[in-house]
Amino acid sequence: MSVTAFLTDSTLCIGCKACEVACKEWNGIGEDGLNWSGNSYDNTGALGHSTWRHVKFVEHMPEAGFGGNAPELNTWAFSSDVCKHCENAGCLEACPTGSIVRTEFGGVYIQPDICNGCAYCVVACPFGVVQRNPDDGRAFKCTFCYDRQKAGLIPACAKACPTESIQFGEIESLKLRAKERVEELHSRGMQDANIYDSADTSVGGIHAMFIVRGDPRTYNLPPKAEVPTIYLRKGWTSSAIAAAMLLGGTLLAFLAESQRGGA
Amino acid sequence: MTDPQLRTMPAGRTPDISSEQRLAEIRREAGLHGAVKAQGIRPAGAPFPAASEETGYYGIPLLKEPAWTWEIPLYFFVGGAAGSAAVIGAIASYTGADRKLVRDAQWIAAAGTVLSPALLVADLGKPSRFLNMLRVFKPQSAMSVGVWTLVGFSAGAPAAAFAGFLQDRFGPSLPLRIIENAGQAVSMAFGLPFSNYTGVLIGATAIPVWNENVGNLPIHFGASGLSAAVGMLELMGNDKSRALQALGIGAAMVECWEGFRLESKAKPNLEPVKRGLSGAIVRTGGLLSGPLPLVLRVASAMTSGRQSKRLRRFAAASAIAGSLLTRIGWIHAGHVSARDWRAPLEIPRTLIAKY
Ligand code: SF4
Repeated sequence: MSVTAFLTDSTLCIGCKACEVACKEWNGIGEDGLNWSGNSYDNTGALGHSTWRHVKFVEHMPEAGFGGNAPELNTWAFSSDVCKHCENAGCLEACPTGSIVRTEFGGVYIQPDICNGCAYCVVACPFGVVQRNPDDGRAFKCTFCYDRQKAGLIPACAKACPTESIQFGEIESLKLRAKERVEELHSRGMQDANIYDSADTSVGGIHAMFIVRGDPRTYNLPPKAEVPTIYLRKGWTSSAIAAAMLLGGTLLAFLAESQRGGA
Repeated sequence: MTDPQLRTMPAGRTPDISSEQRLAEIRREAGLHGAVKAQGIRPAGAPFPAASEETGYYGIPLLKEPAWTWEIPLYFFVGGAAGSAAVIGAIASYTGADRKLVRDAQWIAAAGTVLSPALLVADLGKPSRFLNMLRVFKPQSAMSVGVWTLVGFSAGAPAAAFAGFLQDRFGPSLPLRIIENAGQAVSMAFGLPFSNYTGVLIGATAIPVWNENVGNLPIHFGASGLSAAVGMLELMGNDKSRALQALGIGAAMVECWEGFRLESKAKPNLEPVKRGLSGAIVRTGGLLSGPLPLVLRVASAMTSGRQSKRLRRFAAASAIAGSLLTRIGWIHAGHVSARDWRAPLEIPRTLIAKY
């Protein structure tokens, strides 16, 4: 089975939220409030247990030429965010039940019948994606439409996207397509277009890449996402030192006392 | 006729030639092009949302806050004390220390094996969910390692306590003695990591204030657990043991050093353990775990009689409270740290938004 991926191209996104709606409908996720955040026209806010696709409305200050708008107007970019399906996934590594697995398509999937709601994945995800549903107690996130992929179909969001901003396909060919697209954008004068793919950090690449313009941080994409397992070595070393101090200290204290008592 | 309600002249601009010319210009532009190319006025200080290098994505936090409820810091506290108590009990028993001290330590450890799973189950919501943790062992997950440590610990600690209790009741017996010794050995082996693994658990996460301290949290939590166990044993009446006094002093010294280490660093990611409510809790916990019991214990060692005993009991109580506050404070700091949208985006605090 080939490894699949998303390529979300923010330069094609029109902010229609078809992906959010399609995702909720296919996966049967309830409506979770339509409140204007006051942050542009974003009424979703962030990914979470009931939001597996999130269209970001990124307003940049007026910048001549940016986005092809008139120089006086703010530029407005949209980008549909999703679980990154990391190559080294913090959530998967942290999961103590084996509920979170890597599927044959390379995606990261939470098996809902095994998840026990320990919420350790929540603090292990460097992208703040997975969240515990407070009513149900278990953790939820994008399934990469594992069910649809198994049936030979493409994910609901990619299917519903009217502009092909969300592309889905075999990962290597998508990477190639991303490079070509960025080159094309550059040649059209959008010098700030770039690919976001945490390949050079411990995350080791993501299966949901993005084409963004300008600083990825304005899309809430971290410049150096790290998989938290990199901290384990330091942590267990410290734990071993602590254990040795406890054992040695207690031995010393009681041996000294028993000798005193014996003498 | 002016409205009698109007007390003063309305504040505003006085029209002049240039203002009227500008209005005429806007009218002309609109008529000519069907649109007006002007930004309009952005009131000073108005919250104009902009995504930028200074604001990230409107300052919306990237990371999710921990979803753990109050049970988890309590679980950290109980586990730290129980694990350390098992080690104290086993070594005290092997070195032939006072029988009561051994028994009390065994009971603290055994109580931990009841409370810890109960607290975890309370956090998970359903008892059956706890069992899902036992279908795999994953060394790369500190949570999995911790749960299995708890399982091993639970196999040893109650057995030791119960075998000891039966012998006290019905007299010495060889099989019971063997069970007690084996239980002690098992509970000590698992108690060593059990007393401090929670430092690895929160250290190996994406939360900045936690992973920043991953190299120290286990030592910090280990010392905190030890001082709590010592304090409990002392309050249970073992307040003549010099070994416990020495351990209490040692743990308090480690806690002093940990506090000093934190306070001497000025990294922005450490702010949650220094400022605000979480900072106040961590600092109070540190004071009650380190300097205060240290001073009280030294004073107790230098005095004698009832005065000495009183000082020692104060030190014990202070250490227990400090240990609990330390765990509450660090978990709380994790929440604050997750809300810091600048940290994961590596936006320096000194960059203030221009708008
Ligand atoms: S983005 Fe987060 S939830 Fe998605 S695979 Fe990576 S670590 Fe897991």
